Amino acid sequence: MAAPNTRTDNILLDVKGLKKYFPIQKGFLRRVVGYVKAVDDVTFFVREGETLGLVGESGCGKTTAGRTIIRLYEPTGGQVFFKSRLMAGGGEEKLINLAGLDRGQMKLIRREIAMIFQDPINSLNPRMTVGDIIAEPMVIHGQYRKDESEAIIINLLQRVGLRPDHLRRYPHEFSGGQRQRIGIARALSLNPRLVICDEPVSALDVSIQAQTLNLLQDLQRDFNLAYIFVAHDLSVVQHISNRVAVMYVGKIVEMADAEELYLYPLHPYTEALMSAVPKADPKYKSDRIIMQGDVADPSNPPSGCYFHPRCRYAVDICSKQAPEFRELKPDHFVACHLAQDLKLRGI
Amino acid sequence: MTANELLVQIQNLRVEFDVRAGIVKAVDGVTFDIYRGQTLGVIGESGCGKSITARAILQMVPKPGKITAGQVLYHRRAKGSTQTDVINISKLDPDGQLIREIRGGEIGMIFQEPMSSLTPVYNAGSHINEAVSLHRLMPLRKVGDQMAETIRAHRKVTKEESRQIAIEMLRRVGIPKPEQRVDSYPHQLSGGQRQRVMIAIALSCQPVMLIADEPTTALDVSIEAQILDIMREMQRNENMAIMFITHNLGVIAEMAKEIVVMYMGKQVERASTVDIFYDPKHPYTRALLQSIPKVGRKTGTRLASIEGMVPDPFNLPTGCVFHPRCPSFMPGKCDKIAPTWKQLVGDHWVSCLLYEEV
Ligand SMILES: Nc1ncnc2c1ncn2[C@@H]1O[C@H](COP(=O)(O)OP(=O)(O)O)[C@@H](O)[C@H]1O
Ligand SMILES: Nc1ncnc2c1ncn2[C@@H]1O[C@H](COP(=O)(O)OP(=O)(O)O)[C@@H](O)[C@H]1O
Ligand SMILES: [Mg+2]
Ligand SMILES: [Mg+2]
Repeated sequence: MAAPNTRTDNILLDVKGLKKYFPIQKGFLRRVVGYVKAVDDVTFFVREGETLGLVGESGCGKTTAGRTIIRLYEPTGGQVFFKSRLMAGGGEEKLINLAGLDRGQMKLIRREIAMIFQDPINSLNPRMTVGDIIAEPMVIHGQYRKDESEAIIINLLQRVGLRPDHLRRYPHEFSGGQRQRIGIARALSLNPRLVICDEPVSALDVSIQAQTLNLLQDLQRDFNLAYIFVAHDLSVVQHISNRVAVMYVGKIVEMADAEELYLYPLHPYTEALMSAVPKADPKYKSDRIIMQGDVADPSNPPSGCYFHPRCRYAVDICSKQAPEFRELKPDHFVACHLAQDLKLRGI
Repeated sequence: MTANELLVQIQNLRVEFDVRAGIVKAVDGVTFDIYRGQTLGVIGESGCGKSITARAILQMVPKPGKITAGQVLYHRRAKGSTQTDVINISKLDPDGQLIREIRGGEIGMIFQEPMSSLTPVYNAGSHINEAVSLHRLMPLRKVGDQMAETIRAHRKVTKEESRQIAIEMLRRVGIPKPEQRVDSYPHQLSGGQRQRVMIAIALSCQPVMLIADEPTTALDVSIEAQILDIMREMQRNENMAIMFITHNLGVIAEMAKEIVVMYMGKQVERASTVDIFYDPKHPYTRALLQSIPKVGRKTGTRLASIEGMVPDPFNLPTGCVFHPRCPSFMPGKCDKIAPTWKQLVGDHWVSCLLYEEV
């Protein structure tokens, strides 16, 4: 597959042909009878200080992609190039393939790539105080200095809008939005350059969601953070992202600048997803494209283009041949046989 | 179809939870009407009392909650008849025969997908046994059997007919291969499919009203779109009323004819959907509308967010409960005087001192 990376400026993360297959085991001998191709040949890049949104229906592999990048899951194939400072040392930067690193090296990388999770209730250890939760990554990575770290933690707490006296409290004493802030403070405690945010605001109320999105944007600006922002709410993703990638059954089917993608989608799946988003305007007359059926099963995907059984434009070739992921317009990538001919509707 | 036929009237409803830390006024004087064939939307942030209001309508408030005041009047009419009896649901025995006929049969319910719900408030507590099975799938029983049983409890059909209805409803809510899925167990379905089964169950009893409490919150937009379509179709065909609870302003804009906005157990504004979106009066409603990102052309601006957070229910602010977060806060007034529920024009109601002369 052609690498969509045509611009090499400021690339922080460059993912090439990433695959993660989960074996399906059966019976007493746990024989492998097949694979869930959760992430199947995915190629994208993230520039320094930018946000790449990752959208798609549940089960399409967003979480798996995020976790495979930082090797919480071992990749089945592909490369993950990351511009590391810690691996280079001496203020230098070095592009290294994370897929080839050993445990010790990977531990170093985990200081530079952090994660924020969806569920602010279950992702924090209930028996630890907020202070200990935020300090834990520093302790694990041998970065905890009794004299300085307390001040860093208090600073982080204030940065995410909590009070210093919250340090000694426990997660259950906080609301969902506050717990998500604790998770954010923890993720930032080691000064990462890239944060993988997996549905960070999906469980929050609208007003708290707005506060959290604003906070993430402020932090991004102040610390020059890059985000991979996974979510299924397309309006949230458009708001926060510079560029957006759309996933369907383990593959990225379209990737472009956020506004470009929303206004001028090139993939029928993107078009259908957009049309399904309810608009907060009672005078808007919706003209929805109803996608028939469910997301394809990643252990037994359809032939050709995985989307063809639900696609209203599908023709013969779509069920026979997998489309290539190509750059149809500058910086606008799509995997669809018909992309250049279709006139699709944006938002 | 005549316009504005009353179906359910909620009058000055109050529900309290007496817990160790004190009393939570979960629903604090709520009044609204639901009409046949129309959709009333209820919006507000979590904890503002939407679900408890919905449960109170059917006497399904979880323990230790109690309805302490107010009433729910149900204008009941036998199918095909024009005669209406007004039943005060709040006076019925919560385990009696009549409420059991109404609950799940005449008034259907769909709650947020339990397995993916992030607020496990109701795990224990409901004292009404069958109500649990009405909105929860039992883990070890086939989906089709559970559906057929509910259908037969509320409709005069044979066992075979109820199975056919179940299959047809599964098909209508977009479950692939319904003839096979009808024999699967809940754990064999995805979260989205389980939620669609719950919707199929509620709709298969042909209710005159559906209480839909965040029915699509955990679902993908593609499935959400299908489900909203089915609800609207049922509404058109059967003149079904819907009480639609959500915190998604996009969904409510599309579904509701009239909207009630709640904050801390109180209704702060009520108006037609168009007025709520185009001419909101309460500062809370305005702030909510501004805090959502809009799809389309990018503005690049920060979201307007509501300052602070929802107050501690045991330590409510004086005066107007919204005043500590309100951008229009008037010192000396809003922190001293509780606003009253006032009619502005036509059917636009608001509870805010900006519209009172004090
Ligand atoms: N640990 C795992 N073992 C086996 N299958 C998995 C595992 N994690 C995810 N999957 C499967 O991989 C696919 C993608 O899942 P996921 O990455 O969680 O999707 P998303 O985050 O987009 O909802 C799904 O079919 C899911 O069932
Ligand atoms: N079982 C319960 N015990 C104690 N308090 C409860 C219980 N259920 C709900 N509440 C309280 O009632 C209030 C309203 O809850 P709810 O109606 O579920 O809110 P919403 O549906 O708007 O998110 C909340 O403040 C909540 O704390
Ligand atoms: Mg996920
Ligand atoms: Mg609720």
